Amino acid sequence: MPVTDAPHQQDDFTRSAGRQLALFGVLAIVGVAVLMAGLAWASGLTGSAAGNSAAVDPATGTVSLVLNEEPPQLNSTLATDQVSLMILGHVMEGLLRYDENNNLVAGVAEDWQVTETEATFRLRDDARWSDGEPVTAHDFVFAWQTALDPANASQYAFILFAIDNAEEINSGDLPLSALGAEAVDDRTLKVRLARPVAYFDKLVAFATYYPVREDFYNAMDGRYGADADTLLYNGPFTISRWVHGAHLRMERNESYWNPDRVHVDVLDFPYITQDPNAQLNLFKDGRIAYTVLTEENLTEALVQGWDMHRFMDGSVFYIEFNHREGRLTRNWHLRKAIALALDPSELVYRVIKLPGYLPGESLFPIWLDGVEKPFRQEYPPPTAPMNPQKAREHLEQAKRELGLQEIPPLVLLSGDNPISNKQAEYYQEQLSRVLGLELRIDKQIFKQRLAKMTAGEFDMVLAGWGPDFDDPLTFGDLFASWNLNNRGRYDNPELDRWVAVAQSSTDPRTRMDAFGEIQRILFEDVVILPNYERGQVVLCVGPAPQGSGAPRSGPGSGFHQRAHRRRTRLIDRICGATRQNGCCRG
Amino acid sequence: MWRYTAKRLLQGVITVWFIATATFIAMHNVPGDPLTSDKAVSDDIRANLEAKYGLDKPVTQQYFIYMGNLLRGDFGISFTQKNREVNDIIREHFPVSATLGILAIVFAGLGGVLWGALTALYRNRLPDIIIMFLVILGISVPSFVFAALGQLTLVNFNDLFGRSLLPVAGWGTVWHMLVPSLVLGLGTMAYLTRLMRSSMLEIISSDYVRTAKAKGLPPTRIFSRHQLRNAILPVVTVLGPSIAAITTGGFVVELVFAIPGLGRYFVQAVQQLDYTVIMGTTVFYGAFLVLMVIIVDLLYGLIDPRVRLD
Amino acid sequence: MTEDSQALKYQPSPGAFQPLMGEQRSQVLTRPSLSYWQDAWIRLKANRRALVSLYIVIGLVAFTVVGPMIWRVDPAAQDLDQVSTPPGASRAATLVGPYELWDGSSTAPDQDGLHLAEPATTEAVRLLWDPLPGAAAYRVYRNIFPVAPGDALGLPLAETLTADDTRFEDRLDLQPRTYYYTVVALDEQGNELPARETLDVPVTRVVTIEEAVSRGLVEPGSNPAVGDQVKLMLHPLGTDYLGRDMLARLMEGARVSLFIGIAAPALFVLFGVIYGSAAGFVGGRGDQALMRVADFVIALPFLLFMILFKIAFGIGPGESGILPMVVAMVLLLWPATARLVRGQILQVREEGYVDAARLLGARTNYLILRHMIPNTMGVILVTLTFAVPNAIFIEAFLSFIGMGVAPPTPSWGSMCNEGIKTMLTYPHELILPAALISITVLAFNLLGDGLRDALDAKMRSQE
Repeated sequence: MPVTDAPHQQDDFTRSAGRQLALFGVLAIVGVAVLMAGLAWASGLTGSAAGNSAAVDPATGTVSLVLNEEPPQLNSTLATDQVSLMILGHVMEGLLRYDENNNLVAGVAEDWQVTETEATFRLRDDARWSDGEPVTAHDFVFAWQTALDPANASQYAFILFAIDNAEEINSGDLPLSALGAEAVDDRTLKVRLARPVAYFDKLVAFATYYPVREDFYNAMDGRYGADADTLLYNGPFTISRWVHGAHLRMERNESYWNPDRVHVDVLDFPYITQDPNAQLNLFKDGRIAYTVLTEENLTEALVQGWDMHRFMDGSVFYIEFNHREGRLTRNWHLRKAIALALDPSELVYRVIKLPGYLPGESLFPIWLDGVEKPFRQEYPPPTAPMNPQKAREHLEQAKRELGLQEIPPLVLLSGDNPISNKQAEYYQEQLSRVLGLELRIDKQIFKQRLAKMTAGEFDMVLAGWGPDFDDPLTFGDLFASWNLNNRGRYDNPELDRWVAVAQSSTDPRTRMDAFGEIQRILFEDVVILPNYERGQVVLCVGPAPQGSGAPRSGPGSGFHQRAHRRRTRLIDRICGATRQNGCCRG
Repeated sequence: MWRYTAKRLLQGVITVWFIATATFIAMHNVPGDPLTSDKAVSDDIRANLEAKYGLDKPVTQQYFIYMGNLLRGDFGISFTQKNREVNDIIREHFPVSATLGILAIVFAGLGGVLWGALTALYRNRLPDIIIMFLVILGISVPSFVFAALGQLTLVNFNDLFGRSLLPVAGWGTVWHMLVPSLVLGLGTMAYLTRLMRSSMLEIISSDYVRTAKAKGLPPTRIFSRHQLRNAILPVVTVLGPSIAAITTGGFVVELVFAIPGLGRYFVQAVQQLDYTVIMGTTVFYGAFLVLMVIIVDLLYGLIDPRVRLD
Repeated sequence: MTEDSQALKYQPSPGAFQPLMGEQRSQVLTRPSLSYWQDAWIRLKANRRALVSLYIVIGLVAFTVVGPMIWRVDPAAQDLDQVSTPPGASRAATLVGPYELWDGSSTAPDQDGLHLAEPATTEAVRLLWDPLPGAAAYRVYRNIFPVAPGDALGLPLAETLTADDTRFEDRLDLQPRTYYYTVVALDEQGNELPARETLDVPVTRVVTIEEAVSRGLVEPGSNPAVGDQVKLMLHPLGTDYLGRDMLARLMEGARVSLFIGIAAPALFVLFGVIYGSAAGFVGGRGDQALMRVADFVIALPFLLFMILFKIAFGIGPGESGILPMVVAMVLLLWPATARLVRGQILQVREEGYVDAARLLGARTNYLILRHMIPNTMGVILVTLTFAVPNAIFIEAFLSFIGMGVAPPTPSWGSMCNEGIKTMLTYPHELILPAALISITVLAFNLLGDGLRDALDAKMRSQE
């Protein structure tokens, strides 16, 4: 025990010591303030100061947004992920492009013809790179050769295989110069096709087909697309600032041939985060104009009275069975039993609970076009509703065929994102409740899951596929025996035949019939179990609230309205870009 | 002194070598590899990729190449950010983490000393009770809860005032640093407060303080010269280990507040199995911590005459 | 021997060695003799905070071990009728027949405008409406608040494809409450037109007879009929995002968190003790070499290596990932204890009383049992107590960044991680596990403080 002084003496001491402590406290605060300023100055951070601007700034025509993740790099011949493709879609332009209503329109090419054997593109003469040089046919040929160069190992090289000799070049059997694409002159591009391709015009809108200028690319010495200044732009925007991991800023490209298309002067991405709560908080704070909502935050959005929008992002998710020799899931009855025990609509309505999602019925998503009407209306997918009774019968049959008393635990390989976690846990419980089957969840990070999928270390896997181009074939050839992305190694000559028909025919009816057959085989043979088509619920900044200080007439309100219109278009375009370029995020 | 420093540095170098080797071994036992991608590629392309990154060579050879590069201070090229060198990544993102860490340490140290002294002065009275309750919260609530709550508080705070006084997330200005570094330093601050309080209480009842009072020294002098100064010593001793905890503990704060620090990069690199970034970051952090420990040890020798370096 | 020394030679008298007769004793033990541990226990008992903490720790262990025997609910069972229910929510439900697909027919009398085709239930809300002027298609919104003009309409549920499509079935996460539906007309481009209609829909909770029977909501043997009232399953602390019982999951999570929190420290402290005492006993070169290794391990950046090891060990299918985490912790955390124990052993070895005992002929075994162990035991025990909250924090942290235990295994950390996502809407999913973590960490910290004071181990500044 400490010595106790007389109370009043103690109080005196405490008081004066307390005063001194307070003084130290003030000094400490001052010191910290000085230190912070010093640190900010030392790291050169105060200069950037982009950090806290409003979501929409009509005065400068700036819209602030958040990026989910940093683009790994912006070399269009190597890009694979959604963020890179979205950004490239803003700063680059291909021969053709999609407009806001998802129609194919002229890009760098002002007119074009595609026949069964070749395609000819006439380039517009006012298309310019951001340094003022014209975009020429050579730039396209060079880009495609670069993407096909085996030394570059581009993952999307296969999308160029429609061009004559492309596949041979990519496997190293032919030199780059053998490519069936030729710059007749600066403004004429002639492409020989490897086979009739019904959708070649849609392919050239894809990022891998974007132009790259040879002299600039070579001058960058392997750093092309690594930074804002190592990239040359020919699209509506240029990247004016790219602080890795922190900030990306796009500004109107003054050299762009079609300035009317650009409604926003600056697209600013001052935040890079995947955390849905952080995004929501930024939106709530008025820092960003757009964010994707998770199911958990829907109620908050309702409470706040925010405008919500929903759209489908085009990807389809399904359970892929392992059809390899020796796997239990090779047994049709077992697969059928599992299919009849699960109900995708319960998954979507009770577990995922996001309005953008649609219960899965087919590998072919609902937005694909058929001959005249949507594909799914012309070829309604066959379905079998959940039926526990029949499921158990099939399970018994499977046990008999496999000669097993009890089905040993099956491995369900899953990713590590929140939705597939929920899904895996839901399926695990559902199968054990309905069929008494034990499911072992194998949750792996992205790359490890892919490695295990490729090696076939699973019975079932939660997989998904996003479209690369706007044609059913982007889904249709997925389970052909030769397709390397067919990781369950499904092998059915009948299905292969139909894929071949869909690939080589140019007659819409024949092709759609083939896709209809593929859809039927996938269902009847229970190759996959469709789970859902992914969607999104997004928040966008609403119209300027009444009485927010802006005058009802005069320049102020007009500005607001224009800004709002811009915003909606911008958001449409962002959504559109995601729709078109939605790449596989399996 | 110089001999001691040289010896410590030599040991440090060996330690860094040990860290590098351990990282290498751990990384090469990870199933899967950074070259797997969502679009399946043919075997030829894969072979090309492996050759490009040197993954086709035997592991021992890879090890020596890696060590050789390390000696030259070259961590290699990132697998996911294909055109960026790991050195660039560290150079760009470490200062951010360091800034956050330094501020957090300063907050924790100053806060711990001030609150601790205050609680000791007002022992068992209201300020003491309130602060100690907060300290208990600070010690027992996980940091990610604080981070999430901190951000929520910011939003509601801004909402209350109708305009954005403090940024909710991101990085760029002085104001961006304030709340994240406070959150990061909170746990350590609570711990240091407790330490400071008990150390203060011990000294208040010590003989020399009684002597000083008996001598009739002015209270302010007793307080600052005798009590505060001596009570701070144990706090300073644990600041060293705290540096390590705070620099790596920045992960959560960086994730929640969308701060482009090295910690967040590390977590992302782990998710992507980006070998070179993972190894580079680990070795870099390891070397950094080793250096910090050496510096702190040397400083003790200067601050506290009772510690003799040999 | 010299003459002098002989002269100084002490010559005791024969009576000098006579024992004193019992009348006077040099020392009297007035108090009972206390062993080290008895003494420590008394001091610990005097420390009220430590004692309360001890009871809390015992309570936690009981919660983990005895709890599941009393509250026999399967922590993995999913009750999709009660997803994310807070504690104390109403459980009333009505029995209905099995769900049937809707062909667009209506059981309600003919009505104009937006109306229900049949009474709204949590199974489905079926809406019909008359064509709106100028509509090329429709969009349906749902809100949980009344929609005043100019307000946001709420959750966009769906768009119809054509103008003749004037019906919609909502099955999305329906709760027993009133919903406010709005149908908005769209033009050809999908832009919203001013024409719209709204409808308040009170939704009643239903459960199918089949479901009620399989979950045991009705008396076995009774003959449940459509329209009967039942009570859904009881979840005293509410449910999580898959309708799993929070109480059962907290107990299951306690088992995981406390197992990691106690097993890992126990193992690495044990290893550290063996390693450190070996180094301390061996001494010299061997000691130097052993401690150098410990220095290396201590220099590894802990969290980074924790994550590295986690992915290097990998978690196989169906595995919980608890073991890799424990192994990683043991591999990385032992050196601190080893150092401490070694120091303690070295110190005790040089103590006067050890020398004295040795001089008195004590054997090594006796020395170890009687002096080394009791004198290091205090330090070890305190280290252990402080290592527990640390390990629990590490587990929670790793689970938070997604590197923790694998689903469906719950741990408090992973439950917090889930709960943080729903923090705004269903706070109970975060508060409950977070509070348990805090209580546990606090209890072990205070207990450690108490032990430290009680055992008087001079380690004030150690954590």
